[in-house]
Amino acid sequence: MDICTEMKSNMYKIVNKKVLNPTVMLMDIEAPFVARKAQPGQFIILRVDEERGERIPLTISGYDREKGTVRIIFQIVGGTTKALSMKDEGEYIADFCGPLGEATKTDGLKKVLIVGGGVGCAIALPVAQKLHADGAEVVSVIGFRNKDLLILEDEFEAASDRLFVMTDDGSAGEKGNVCAPLKKMFADGEVFDEVIAIGPLVMMKFVVEETKPTGIPCTVSMNPIMIDGTGMCGGCRLTLNRDGKRVTKFACVDGPDFNGYEVDFDEAMSRSRMYSDFERHEYEDSCNLFREVK
Amino acid sequence: MANMSKKKTPMPTQPAEERIHNFCEVALGYTEEMAVDEAFRCLNCKTKPCVSGCPVGINIPAFIERIKTKDFDGAYEIIRFASSLPAVCGRVCPQENQCEKYCVRGKNGESVGIGRLERFVADRHNEKEDNKAVEIPSKGKKVAVIGSGPSGLACAGELSQRGYEVTVFEALHVAGGVLVYGIPEFRLPKSIVQKEVENLKKMGVKIETNMVIGKTLTIDELMEDYGYNAVFVGSGAGLPRFMGIPGESLKGVYSANEYLTRSNLMKAYREHSGTPIMKGGRIAVVGGGNVAMDAARTALRLGAEKVYIVYRRSMEELPARKEEVEHAIEEGVEFRLLNNPVEILGYKNENDPRDPKNGFVTGIKCIKMELGEPDERGRRRPVPIEGSEFVLEVDTVVMSIGTSPNPLIKNTTSGLEVNSKGGIIVEESTCATTKDCVYAGGDAVTGAATVISAMGAGKAAAKAIDEKLSE
Repeated sequence: MDICTEMKSNMYKIVNKKVLNPTVMLMDIEAPFVARKAQPGQFIILRVDEERGERIPLTISGYDREKGTVRIIFQIVGGTTKALSMKDEGEYIADFCGPLGEATKTDGLKKVLIVGGGVGCAIALPVAQKLHADGAEVVSVIGFRNKDLLILEDEFEAASDRLFVMTDDGSAGEKGNVCAPLKKMFADGEVFDEVIAIGPLVMMKFVVEETKPTGIPCTVSMNPIMIDGTGMCGGCRLTLNRDGKRVTKFACVDGPDFNGYEVDFDEAMSRSRMYSDFERHEYEDSCNLFREVK
Repeated sequence: MANMSKKKTPMPTQPAEERIHNFCEVALGYTEEMAVDEAFRCLNCKTKPCVSGCPVGINIPAFIERIKTKDFDGAYEIIRFASSLPAVCGRVCPQENQCEKYCVRGKNGESVGIGRLERFVADRHNEKEDNKAVEIPSKGKKVAVIGSGPSGLACAGELSQRGYEVTVFEALHVAGGVLVYGIPEFRLPKSIVQKEVENLKKMGVKIETNMVIGKTLTIDELMEDYGYNAVFVGSGAGLPRFMGIPGESLKGVYSANEYLTRSNLMKAYREHSGTPIMKGGRIAVVGGGNVAMDAARTALRLGAEKVYIVYRRSMEELPARKEEVEHAIEEGVEFRLLNNPVEILGYKNENDPRDPKNGFVTGIKCIKMELGEPDERGRRRPVPIEGSEFVLEVDTVVMSIGTSPNPLIKNTTSGLEVNSKGGIIVEESTCATTKDCVYAGGDAVTGAATVISAMGAGKAAAKAIDEKLSE
């Protein structure tokens, strides 16, 4: 086998593009080497084009080893995701590198509670699918702000033994946040081998707090600001409280999954807002609608 | 007639007040006339002490003799015989600790400007577009080189010249390693690195970017499934170190790797870049090496009002290249020597946890130091002066206190052993690792060191690989 012919001189084609809701988009990208190794929980780093220099991490939400494609589902939050969303099927992106990080550990789990929030559901789905395929009992709770933002309901339905859909305003599923069904199940004495929570930091923080009294292990998936994804920059560092000590870890090589009971969420939330001003300006500048209003 | 001037022919530079507003190269390079003038300062002494100071053993007096007779192509051939990246090394080698340290002229005045002459010869060669590809008979064997930094490029070039089919695997989206993500444009223009990479490609070396060996593919797979007969690991010293003091997770604290990568590789230095970076304001760079100087001078160019270098020893122990320190001083970087950070301070509005300023850096608390007894390496150990803490008000802190080797490859390669610091264990002369047909060199072995020593290791490994595969 010759690697260089297989690489097709580093071209990463968008072979499928689908709008899941007004701010969330799905893309299948041709990247055979990544597709061959990808596991649930791992991520990739991409660059949209030469002009926009930024490298951004996105967690893998699916892969087709035969076709050599990798699925990403992303929310348009800043300049780079905006630029990515403007690319069409058949077009190419400059760089697509991975799979990076450690895969989610699912070995030996018989009964698992999966909690997904917003676009985090895109990352939770392959984990649910893997567990389901391995014969584990999967209970999924997925939460969104409202009906318009709901994604992947059918896919979760197919991968779960039981599914709870929650929306903040009750416009789909039940009204309330993802913790409501957790409370009930825990109160009823239901036991799981593990709780796996993937979503906004604040959601994961509350899921951890809800789960703590039960003593059930709780894994969270951290998705901090990142550059190289190989441990080089340290921008993705987070702090764990472990045995009374503060331990620094890099999400890119030590994670992205961490023991939820150890993560310093308040610090992670603060760090995630480092460039929020910059991103807002970038996003608004890139959109004519905003420009006219300003 | 020898030029008996005690000083080096001065290097033309961009004026400090101009260059702090741009990212163009600071030192502009000798003209032909200057180069010949400087060459005549060399006494061509028989003992050639300078050569002993060169990690790759360039025949320095010989190439300088060629400059004297204006045979610049001849001079290039001599350098090229020993060094793969002359245009790079002429710029970034710490010559004052290497070749120039031993120059006879340095005993009474300044040494010959060997680095400047090397740069002149290489640049002059690169300006010409006649870099013809020489057909080399293939040996029909494949070698994989991991990492496209100085050691990887040197190893690839040498192997290619010896008739091997070479593929270089790079984790980032562009080749060059530290030469592109670390060293800024104003010290080493990226076009020079690109030229070197292009030269390799012309020789037939293939470069595959976005390939993280250890993740996308493993060394075992390269050898077993893809038929590579040998592998050279030049993956560099990846992981940035932090001090372990309170406040290092505040917003506005960077590792030098992150800060420089954002600016260099992700082009935050361009006006309309999509890459965010904290610019302007006041910034403290902690550390005294070349990387610290690069970060400090990058900060100035990004528009910082005030830039401090905070270093726990004195000017004498500062490990950075002399020229970079001089340039930094000229540009207005303030050196806070014998100062050691003990805490980074952040904003906290007790009344409003939602205040957007919360969690951003406001200052760095340092303690004053004095030099005590020499340590095992002979450097005087800095000792804190009790009660001398003070606060420097800054918005950004860049930690530039070194790196340690990346464990990615070690963790995914059977039989590859590392030492207690994480460096890959090799046999010094051959760079052979504990795994058969796998070689390693550069920072992945030694921890953070110089471009030229990494290059030297890459070449030595290539030689050993050739011998091994010719058995």
